[in-house]
Amino acid sequence: MAGMRRAPAGKTKCCSLHTVTFLLVTLFLVLSGTGFRILGNSMLGSRQAGVGKRGELDGLQAVEPSRMVYGQPKVLTPCRNDVLVLTPWLAPVVWEGTFNTDVLNEQFRLWNATIGLTVFAIRKYMVFLELFLQTAEKYFMVGHRVTYYVFTDRPADVPHVPLREGRRVEVLKVPGALSWQEVSMHRMQMISNFSQQRFLHEVDYLVCMDVDMKFCDHVGVEILSPRFGTLHPGFYGAAREAFTYERRPQSQAYIPRDEGDFYYAGGFFGGSVVEVLQLTTACHQAMVVDQANGLEAVWHDESHLNRYLLDHKPTKVLSPEYLWDRQKLGWPPVMKKLRFVAVPKGHLDIRGS
Amino acid sequence: MNRSKVLAKLVLESTQADVNLTVREHRGLQSVKLSRMLYRQPQVLTPARKDVLVVTPWLAPIIWEGTFNTDILNEQFSLRNATIGLTVFSIKTYMIFLKQFLQSAEMYFMVGHRVIYYIFTDKPEYVPYLNIQKGRQIIILEVESYYDHWQDISMQRMEMISNFCQERFHQEVDYLVCSDVDMRFSDHVGVEILSSLFGTLHPGYYGLNRTDFPYERRPQSQAHIPKDEGDFYYIGALFGGSVPEVYKLTKACHEAIMVDQANHIEAIWHDESHLNKYLLYHKPSKVLSPEYLWQQQQMDHMHDQEMIFSKIIRRKKLKVLKKNYQLKNW
Repeated sequence: MAGMRRAPAGKTKCCSLHTVTFLLVTLFLVLSGTGFRILGNSMLGSRQAGVGKRGELDGLQAVEPSRMVYGQPKVLTPCRNDVLVLTPWLAPVVWEGTFNTDVLNEQFRLWNATIGLTVFAIRKYMVFLELFLQTAEKYFMVGHRVTYYVFTDRPADVPHVPLREGRRVEVLKVPGALSWQEVSMHRMQMISNFSQQRFLHEVDYLVCMDVDMKFCDHVGVEILSPRFGTLHPGFYGAAREAFTYERRPQSQAYIPRDEGDFYYAGGFFGGSVVEVLQLTTACHQAMVVDQANGLEAVWHDESHLNRYLLDHKPTKVLSPEYLWDRQKLGWPPVMKKLRFVAVPKGHLDIRGS
Repeated sequence: MNRSKVLAKLVLESTQADVNLTVREHRGLQSVKLSRMLYRQPQVLTPARKDVLVVTPWLAPIIWEGTFNTDILNEQFSLRNATIGLTVFSIKTYMIFLKQFLQSAEMYFMVGHRVIYYIFTDKPEYVPYLNIQKGRQIIILEVESYYDHWQDISMQRMEMISNFCQERFHQEVDYLVCSDVDMRFSDHVGVEILSSLFGTLHPGYYGLNRTDFPYERRPQSQAHIPKDEGDFYYIGALFGGSVPEVYKLTKACHEAIMVDQANHIEAIWHDESHLNKYLLYHKPSKVLSPEYLWQQQQMDHMHDQEMIFSKIIRRKKLKVLKKNYQLKNW
């Protein structure tokens, strides 16, 4: 079978037995009409359970995971003793030390996942784009297929950045807006629209990020899951009463003082395309309702994101390593890495245009 | 390949730490919204457990007491109307364990959710009558056990489960939990265990180096694992996942057992050896701590470490019943 791999030491595979069995099973299933789902899933030894099993439906490729050598996970030794690494609904909180990049890369490579990254470079924010893309090339999903979706009102100004193999930039023209708040709110609508039109057919995962940032360290497949949010760096240690949720009951984004898991940052969220479509559609609709009621949530799309993720709990939560502001917050010992950080605004010319 | 169909599948197949999604619910891709719930705020700077690993290097949760909120998880699963199948083999003299197994399951296993007990037996007429709670049912699957040795019966389970995955499980349940019968539930075993593929840490080995795991070490066996590989030692008595994943696992193990048989070799711990091989190369999306399967006999041999163990193991959920091992040599 195409793509069958052999592990080197001490393991042989009986390919022909698998093939024959598979064909018989296939025949049985097709004839008994039990459907595509079971057929796809009868791939023998083909996939690591866990994030995404799309690959099984790719057809008859049975790609074997290969032998890997790495340090043994120690049951009696927590990877981190200073932070929460699992939410109460059993979603991992992704911190340095909790994951093995090689093992995860192998899983995602087997599925040949493509990751879409959406970023909005509208009006003066175009000035951030080059550094964003250059650093993404160094640190973001290296070794995997990536499509950068650059939403902009000035496609001609999109800088040319050399890209690694398997990566490309798609420029999506959108209208300019008056204020950063407007841009922020329109993002939800635009991501939702383009998810339906294009993203569903082009990528497996979507990662939605602010542009006025740069990557300084690895941001990889450890973040990927059906729905993820990022802990806002300003609130990860705060009590929920201090979270800057929308507190007016009239708003769709309203969260009472006795509710709330975390305060998620609007500048980095994502998931599978289907989930991001649902999230952005719901947030956009909530914003439309608020607008009709003469309201705008205190932190705009971020407020609505927080309401949504309270009701639809994320399947992974990224630690503040994944969205940080070094100028404002320094480098506390609990942050072993700073991966994606705010660009100091003073360093770049952002005179209004 | 229709990518949007494929992607819909991606979302709907359970993924790591994704307790929301089950295989059968393809219709209606809307995320189900949780109702208002009151509970203490999770504390980012306070680990839930400081004494044990609660997430694997591939970011699968390891389920220990203190790591999860049952109410939130129950709400998530109730909204999906998930049905859980529990397979158990009550063959030959092992029938004597069935009543206590089922009675204790009624008290502790997936309470409040829809459950189907699949009892594989060669003596359907001896299956005890039990009052079962609403939303739960017993289905008796008559099988012929053509083996005499318990090791063979143990391994035959893989074949039978995989057959029934195709024949009925995929239409009747969302998740399968495959358990030994000579056990009783002694504490809550709920939806926290459910994911696309889970294994359970063997209580006898969770503190040891991988070189001491009783993996099959002979390269001639399909279950062979070299000394420098291995994440955990999983126990054969409790594993499960979504129906497609359990189907793949049991089918792969069954075929590996057949290959071994043809090569006149039997893995040292039978189906458990093959399970370990499979889960090394197809990493589970959740791992259950030894709380979920406790063997006091085994612990009796580890006197020095008993104090540490009893602190770590806060709750013992499924206990292996002391039995006369003569039973296994009928």
